[in-house]
Amino acid sequence: MNDKAWLALEDGTVFAGRACGAAGETSGEAVFNTAMTGYQEVLTDPSYCGQLVAMTYPQIGNYGITAGDHESARPRLSGFVVRELCRRPSNHESVESVPDFLSKHGIVAIERLDTRALTLRLREKGALRGVISTLDGDAKRLVAKARATPSMSGRNLAEAVTCEKPYAWTDGVSPKADLHVVVMDFGVKYGILRCLAAIGARVTVVPASTSAADILRLKPDGILLSNGPGDPEPLTAAIETIKALIPERLPIFGICLGHQLLGLALGGRTFKLKFGHHGSNHPVKDLATGRIEITSQNHGFCVDLASLPKEVRTTHVNLNDGTSEGMEHATLPVFSVQHHPEASAGPHDSRYLFDRFRARMRERRESLAR
Amino acid sequence: MPKRTDLKKILVVGSGSIVIGQGCEFDYSGTQGLKALREEGYETVLINSNPATIMTDPEIADRTYLEPLTPEFLDMVLAAEKPQAILPTLGGQTALNLTVAAAERGILKKHGVEILGARLDTIRKAEDRQLFKSAMQKIGIDQPRSAIVSDESDLKRVARELGFPIIVRASFTLGGAGGGIAYHFEELRARVHTALEMSPVKKVQLDESIIGWKEYELEVMRDRADNFVVVCTIENVDPMGVHTGDSITVAPSQTLTDRQYQEMRDDAKRIVSEIGVETGGCNIQFAVNPRDGRRVVIEINPRVSRSSALASKATGFPIAKLAAKLAVGYTLDELPNDITKATPACFEPAIDYVVVKAPRFATEKFGELPLDTAMKSVGETMAIGRTFKEALQKALRGLESGKKGLEGAPGGDTETLLQRVATPSSTRLHHVKTALSLGIPVERVAEVSKIDPWFLSQMKEIADFERALASAPLDAETLREAKSLGFSDAQIARAKGLTEPAVRARRRRLGVRPSYKLVDTCAGEFPSRTPYFYSTYDAASDDLGAEKPAKKVMILGSGPNRIGQGIEFDYCCVQASQALREAGWRSVMVNCNPETVSTDYDASDRLYFEPLTLEDVLEIVDRERPDGVIVQFGGQTPLNLAVALEKAGVPILGTKPTDIDVAEDRRRFGAALKKLRILSPESGIASAPEAALKIARRIGYPVMVRPSYVLGGRAMEIVYDDAALADYFERARRASKHPSILIDRFLADAAELDVDAVCDGKDVWISGVMEHIEEAGVHSGDSACTLPPHSLAPSILETIREHTRRLALELRVKGLVNIQYAVKDGAVYVLEANPRASRTVPFVSKAAGLPVARIATWVMMGRPLKKLVPAAALKGAVPPYAATKEAVLPFIKFPGVDPRLGPEMKSTGEVMGLDADFPRSFAKSQQAAGLTLPTSGGVFISVRDEDKAEIMHVARALHQMGFTLVATRNTADFLSRHGLPAERVAKIGEGKPDVVDLLKQRNLSLVINTPSGKRSRADGYQIRRTALELDIPCITNIRSVNAAVHAISVLQGASMTVRSLQERYRSLPYPVKVGLKA
Repeated sequence: MNDKAWLALEDGTVFAGRACGAAGETSGEAVFNTAMTGYQEVLTDPSYCGQLVAMTYPQIGNYGITAGDHESARPRLSGFVVRELCRRPSNHESVESVPDFLSKHGIVAIERLDTRALTLRLREKGALRGVISTLDGDAKRLVAKARATPSMSGRNLAEAVTCEKPYAWTDGVSPKADLHVVVMDFGVKYGILRCLAAIGARVTVVPASTSAADILRLKPDGILLSNGPGDPEPLTAAIETIKALIPERLPIFGICLGHQLLGLALGGRTFKLKFGHHGSNHPVKDLATGRIEITSQNHGFCVDLASLPKEVRTTHVNLNDGTSEGMEHATLPVFSVQHHPEASAGPHDSRYLFDRFRARMRERRESLAR
Repeated sequence: MPKRTDLKKILVVGSGSIVIGQGCEFDYSGTQGLKALREEGYETVLINSNPATIMTDPEIADRTYLEPLTPEFLDMVLAAEKPQAILPTLGGQTALNLTVAAAERGILKKHGVEILGARLDTIRKAEDRQLFKSAMQKIGIDQPRSAIVSDESDLKRVARELGFPIIVRASFTLGGAGGGIAYHFEELRARVHTALEMSPVKKVQLDESIIGWKEYELEVMRDRADNFVVVCTIENVDPMGVHTGDSITVAPSQTLTDRQYQEMRDDAKRIVSEIGVETGGCNIQFAVNPRDGRRVVIEINPRVSRSSALASKATGFPIAKLAAKLAVGYTLDELPNDITKATPACFEPAIDYVVVKAPRFATEKFGELPLDTAMKSVGETMAIGRTFKEALQKALRGLESGKKGLEGAPGGDTETLLQRVATPSSTRLHHVKTALSLGIPVERVAEVSKIDPWFLSQMKEIADFERALASAPLDAETLREAKSLGFSDAQIARAKGLTEPAVRARRRRLGVRPSYKLVDTCAGEFPSRTPYFYSTYDAASDDLGAEKPAKKVMILGSGPNRIGQGIEFDYCCVQASQALREAGWRSVMVNCNPETVSTDYDASDRLYFEPLTLEDVLEIVDRERPDGVIVQFGGQTPLNLAVALEKAGVPILGTKPTDIDVAEDRRRFGAALKKLRILSPESGIASAPEAALKIARRIGYPVMVRPSYVLGGRAMEIVYDDAALADYFERARRASKHPSILIDRFLADAAELDVDAVCDGKDVWISGVMEHIEEAGVHSGDSACTLPPHSLAPSILETIREHTRRLALELRVKGLVNIQYAVKDGAVYVLEANPRASRTVPFVSKAAGLPVARIATWVMMGRPLKKLVPAAALKGAVPPYAATKEAVLPFIKFPGVDPRLGPEMKSTGEVMGLDADFPRSFAKSQQAAGLTLPTSGGVFISVRDEDKAEIMHVARALHQMGFTLVATRNTADFLSRHGLPAERVAKIGEGKPDVVDLLKQRNLSLVINTPSGKRSRADGYQIRRTALELDIPCITNIRSVNAAVHAISVLQGASMTVRSLQERYRSLPYPVKVGLKA
């Protein structure tokens, strides 16, 4: 048991633990996620690019890795922090253990540290830059490396995780699918694509840098602005593209980073949350119906409600801290949510939003046919 | 939606006596619910027959009816109080059943009362198997497959549909006769053939077997606006086939992927919506096939439950409190999360620890039974750790069943071991541990036990570490590793061949100490001030913040419920906490029983959810540094720690442990009695059989024997001759390395009394003198008793009071004392004295209208009784009404056990009857205990010779009241000789119809059967057991018969009436408002 590992934070805190993934050293912004199930989805969610994710639930990896629960082709986070990682998983769908999966994909991970102490620190100080190392136990050096890690603010991380060229998503797509959705990929989760397939859409995923003209040339019935990592502000080209698409009267549905980009394109501002929302138990109120949905969340930045023009109205609010969770345009078929209606991981309470998206696309079809 | 303003007064239904399957969790939920309703400004009324509850304390509801939970009494309470609504979802199945019965009889309609929490059709849809099945079919939720066949023609097709194994049940046969499990087609055909023959309606139900499937429970809440949250997911270590109450369970679920779990959540949401659980908490049970993930719903409970109490304690989410608020119209988003205060209650708790619940069985009373789908455990413990391993080991040592964690069990050969691993039992996990320690692979153990390999792998890590520990140096690293795997100091000591104190000293020297973490519902995401902690060896940092300086007292709770130590002690602990806080002191509660009020996070200033072992308590003491520790309220559990705590320098509040020891030490206690010239039965103590025989012969048979230091009369027996005594000693020798038995003269036919008193060192307040209904020889916990005594001369009572005063002072009691007396031929004997809370404290408090345990706490804090107790009460004034306590027994759950009372306690709970006089209060107590005394019909009389003279009066009275007397030849002749007509019936085996036939034909409404002394005769057993199973009252001792006859004459006369506690207390000769006078 000499496979030691360390986690150092920019505030000088150093945790000693044991390596449970690939050997090496990695850095990023440390955040905590409070979901008790769904670590595989977290590992493969491209939105975690650039982050060291600490799971607050202490026993992770119990059911291993399954064939059907990936959110992208490979893990995208920078490092993984858990209290205890399971080496002998059990589930009829399990195909490999998490330590094996992490090693295979070169993800540095640390276990056997007090993740609650880490969580409380992040809660108090806000997200902190950090380093996980299996190579170097020198506290001073590690803290210096943590401090040298670039901040999430101002970085265009979507560039790193968007697809290289357009592709058609086929999994679950019905041969009878007649609606066509173009997904702007800022780091899209498969869960979103599966949900689009489930509402009867044909799905084309395009790189974040695709121009409005190229998107329109695909003749979409609707456009989905995907989730993705980090700060929306540096994605200036994408914001311009969205600005150009909005007047086209095409249904646009933004999710998470897509919601923030839409907010910026509509003339609003975004700001960084202290330690973000990462988990699957956040209550969100749909202001139209008064219904509460328990949602999956993963974002460090947020749209400033007050900054939006008056034709954009708030549709959803986070009940924990009152932050914006959703908005829609008063006259255009444009809407978005900050949380993850596709869930994965998390409750399926918000999946009706995909039905709403379909309804908007149908309405447009019908109005065009008239 | 805000709360309803059309409601003013709401009646809450309690759950009655503690029984197996319905423990003190409903005191917890009911108390929370009542407080929540009052907080909202509603007037509250409570009906509950169980006095040992916090909810029936007069200050919790506006009107408290300690009355039987029957439709008749509910009708009377509704008539008296005229509430607009009734809330039945906080009082378990009892409350739900009572409400449905009242609705069906038109009682609710008559009084214009609305049901809150669940509509009638919702309850029916959830409870009726057929309605539930069709509701699930309607929304497409999978269930275990089943079919009904009435011949053998189509079996092949049915078998294909269901898949083997198939459970065969013959319809309408008694006790499941004709049923069984078929593993292949030939077996199926044979079993169906037999079952069809046995079924009177020629119908056989075939069920797909889901035994061995993974079992889950979801605790959910729903409001009027259809908002839905899952509070907690529970996964059972013991798979399907074992009642969830008897299973070791874990929260949250461990082995489901997010997708698998969310689909289950989706199902749950649709199920509650379809069943129509409108407002409140509800529990849904699922089974998952481990091979392919197929998920079926098993059942739904449209009310709070044992599992929801567990879920509340496991997450910090107060389900019952919120259920009450939702019931009056709030929606989840309108209510704050109690723990964070800043976020709403409409969320799903995220936890950052693992919770394990383990059941506690009464094997010492009823033997080791294989577990099945009928619940048998009598209590439970919960433990919290940062890993399953840590939590599991804490839970197992918290059970106080002799194991200090996941220890092995003595085994036989591999085959025997695997058999034990395969058979669910109270000790199975310890056999699993043995199997894993022996190197039997996880896969093999999983195959045999059907326990998920994940749990087994975790246990294997414990087993592997333990093996490595034997040869590892006991340094800080090893100790830290051991502790984070949940090993107790005692386990480490055993592995290393050291003593527990030596391990502890070393561990402390090396700085390996626990830290305390917070239960906060949100995994640390939001700040929380709720002082609810658990220990872990996770890290050096912990969540215990600074607190305002104040005097601080730690209360040690009573751990898992067991027979002899139940809710009564938790009641005392909660009262102690109330008393401390009222005095401005801080209370720190330590307990590990999730069912209780004491483990509610707002019952004390700090709650430590920890096992009550010396190690765990010492660690908390070391962090808290309390000004005092209360050990006299939690029953035997804290008392067992008292001396060691005192030795460790911990200040014990109240009677000193050394003084408690005087009372327990026969010799020293005898000397004290001698000095005071108080009589006690002749006795002796023997540690060898020859000595025992000598003592018994000197005293004269029959003698009462018991091991020294016992709880609940465990292993106590009356022996009648040398042979029986020798046999008893032999059994004691097998149970203990150093057997030591107490031998007392048995005072046959004596009246027995219980006295509860509080002593401050100067004055003695006799809070209650209770006369047992049963004679001496029946354990006081199983005996009905009445306050004030109904049959004893004032001079005798004065002697008893005087003895109590002198004895309490002589024993240097500070706080509570309970003394048991026997009165025979005008002489008063002291049987025993216990300077600690007794089981009767809550009963006495309710009868006297004074909070005995709270007063005792203030006394322990140094306040004089004179300033606490009203002068009249201190002088001995008693209530002008009668209160009778009756014990409730679990015999029906234990097939084959003789339902007779004896010196060993067997009851699980109690009820109280309150009325103007003794016969009425006794009648009520019987009704509350579920025993309907008949007012007409046949009475079977079979008594031992000693009781024949006495039975004459009874028989005459019953005859005059219109009962038909039935007896076997000898007794019938005896009765005829005295001019009483008696029908003759054959003894068992002497012709037909015999007495058992008459019982089965329902020709008898009452059985009087006093077992003959030396040996319970086989036919007596059959009569008692049959009566029990047919729910026919069976009285087994002569003093109870007399009480019953009085009660029957009352029942035949005027109808019963109800009165609230608050109203009754107005007739007391002293004020009931007591508190700390400045």
